Amino acid sequence: MANQFGLLAKFDTPADIMHAAEKVRDAGYKQWDVITPFPIHGMDPSMGLKRSLVPRFTICGGTTGFVFGMAMIWYMNAFDYKILIGGKPLFSPIYAFPVSYELTILFSAFASIGGMFLLNKLPMHYHPVLKYEKMNEGTDDKFFLYIENDDPQFNEEKTRAFLDDLGPTEIEELER
Amino acid sequence: MASAHSSVSEPKPAILDEVDPAVLPRADLIENNRDFNWITEKICGIIEEKTPTWWWVCFVLACGVATSTVVGISYLVIGGVGVWGLANPVNWGWAIVNFVFWIGIGHAGTLISAILCLLRQKWRTSINRAAEAMTIFAVVCAAIFPVFHVGRVWFAWFLFPLPNANAIWPNFRSALLWDVFAVSTYATVSVLFWYIGLLPDLATVRDRAKTKIRQVLYGFFAMGWRGSNRHWSNYEMCYLLLAGLSTPLVLSVHTIVSFDFAISLVPGWHTTIFPPYFVAGAIFSGFGMVLTLMLPLRAIYRLEDLITQYHIDCMTKIVLATGSMVGYAYGMEFFIAAYGANDFEIFAFVNRGFGNYAWAYWIMIGCNVISPQFFWFKALRENTTFVWVVSIFVNVGMWFERFVITVTSLSRDFVPSSWGYYSPTVVDIFTYLGTFGLFSVLFLLFLRFLPLMAMAEIKMVSPQADPHHH
Repeated sequence: MANQFGLLAKFDTPADIMHAAEKVRDAGYKQWDVITPFPIHGMDPSMGLKRSLVPRFTICGGTTGFVFGMAMIWYMNAFDYKILIGGKPLFSPIYAFPVSYELTILFSAFASIGGMFLLNKLPMHYHPVLKYEKMNEGTDDKFFLYIENDDPQFNEEKTRAFLDDLGPTEIEELER
Repeated sequence: MASAHSSVSEPKPAILDEVDPAVLPRADLIENNRDFNWITEKICGIIEEKTPTWWWVCFVLACGVATSTVVGISYLVIGGVGVWGLANPVNWGWAIVNFVFWIGIGHAGTLISAILCLLRQKWRTSINRAAEAMTIFAVVCAAIFPVFHVGRVWFAWFLFPLPNANAIWPNFRSALLWDVFAVSTYATVSVLFWYIGLLPDLATVRDRAKTKIRQVLYGFFAMGWRGSNRHWSNYEMCYLLLAGLSTPLVLSVHTIVSFDFAISLVPGWHTTIFPPYFVAGAIFSGFGMVLTLMLPLRAIYRLEDLITQYHIDCMTKIVLATGSMVGYAYGMEFFIAAYGANDFEIFAFVNRGFGNYAWAYWIMIGCNVISPQFFWFKALRENTTFVWVVSIFVNVGMWFERFVITVTSLSRDFVPSSWGYYSPTVVDIFTYLGTFGLFSVLFLLFLRFLPLMAMAEIKMVSPQADPHHH
């Protein structure tokens, strides 16, 4: 038992897994997840997930990029080595805009992706789910739901019976 | 599927009792009702099968063609930029033409992956992966030209704001420097976007891997993706944000490329229509290239169920629309020149149509404005060979557009005593032709090692992916 990570139930269609997820959510489980080969529309509310936090990283990245661009151009062309061309101002946000704009996008993109990886705790090349031999179906055409042993409500028999009621095609034990 | 008529219980306007609204047919994105597993088998099968003979033939040919770029560039590095046909007054010849051409090609990839994603055009899913790959490889080809055009290429890093021995920073007032930032940001974000899209598919390939080496390599790049919905939630948000970021990016890149011309004072370049006109042209040429690449792939790999006639219709209609926009811009340039009553500007445009490079101008008009007009007709859109031939015309025409803009204006500027006629040298020609080899080499490697279509996204838009489907 100490070696057990959780219980895994397999479903055949997006509708089945979504209804199952709703029931698991309503039963009050916390440490559980759904494995699907593609994002299922409406699964987030069915699992009770809140809106993703990735946009917060994006706004921070974008702001940093823009300020960095403007500051860099001011420092380089108007402070550290003044470049006077045709009597134009040493610094103007107008000519600095295109480069700052590109840096806004560049930094936002990196921040969004970094944020996504951070929130997802990836890269994680080892996970009990990946060890499961039929996992290749989960990135192909089948849908899985698992409840972890660590869940406060987890009880080997009750949870198994609960999962059985959801109408899966199979129930398996996941090893740690 | 339930039609609109069956839902009797829903409240509806009284008028609906009297009229029978037309049920608009919605084309299937995946024909023959293929299931999820079929999609996986089909796409993964392409990279799992034994390397086909045609691939090797094409690969060797492409490597051979690419050699001419390597030789041409080496000769340039040894001899100096003079080996190209550049001479006063035309100091921007094929190098900038080729640069703008390749960058423009890349734009369709980003348009498909980003703008069509924001517009919820589901048909993008079958073509976005290959189109994004095309973007990245096109940017690689584009980058070669400005980098080697600087002459002493070992100083190309002066373009970046790095402290150098002279303690001088780059001049940020220059549109050419803006271009450095625009193109390098574009390349970086395109690669990131492409990679994020690949992540779930790499996991699929990893899970199917039969050999250890495949498992390790694909597994490494899949980052341990396991299709968890808690991950998908963040992933989809990230993907949407990247689409939202790439949209202003792709529009800004060609805008800034057009600034290279538009903020100068050369007649024929100094026009405010350049940014939108360049962007429309870029999308036009990019879709031309997408069709050039995807139609043969569709035939070779029997992908008719995934790239349906509906997809081809959509793409040809975009080619038609953007081609007509470009045509409008050509006309508007003449109008503004006449209306602006500036002698130099009027001369520049009359010279384009009837001067020393009139042959190039009319090739451009024929290929860009006239050839896409055939796509008004359904029968012609359904003729794949014909569509492919027109796509080649589009590619040729868009190269000539950049040639016309760059060369006609420079060869006949303000002072007649400085007029000249520009011709490329053999080195120019072979360096350029070689980039098609380089592009093909990269694209063939992509076909062999990465899933050609975004499997997860195609599954997502298939009817059985909808939890309310019955």
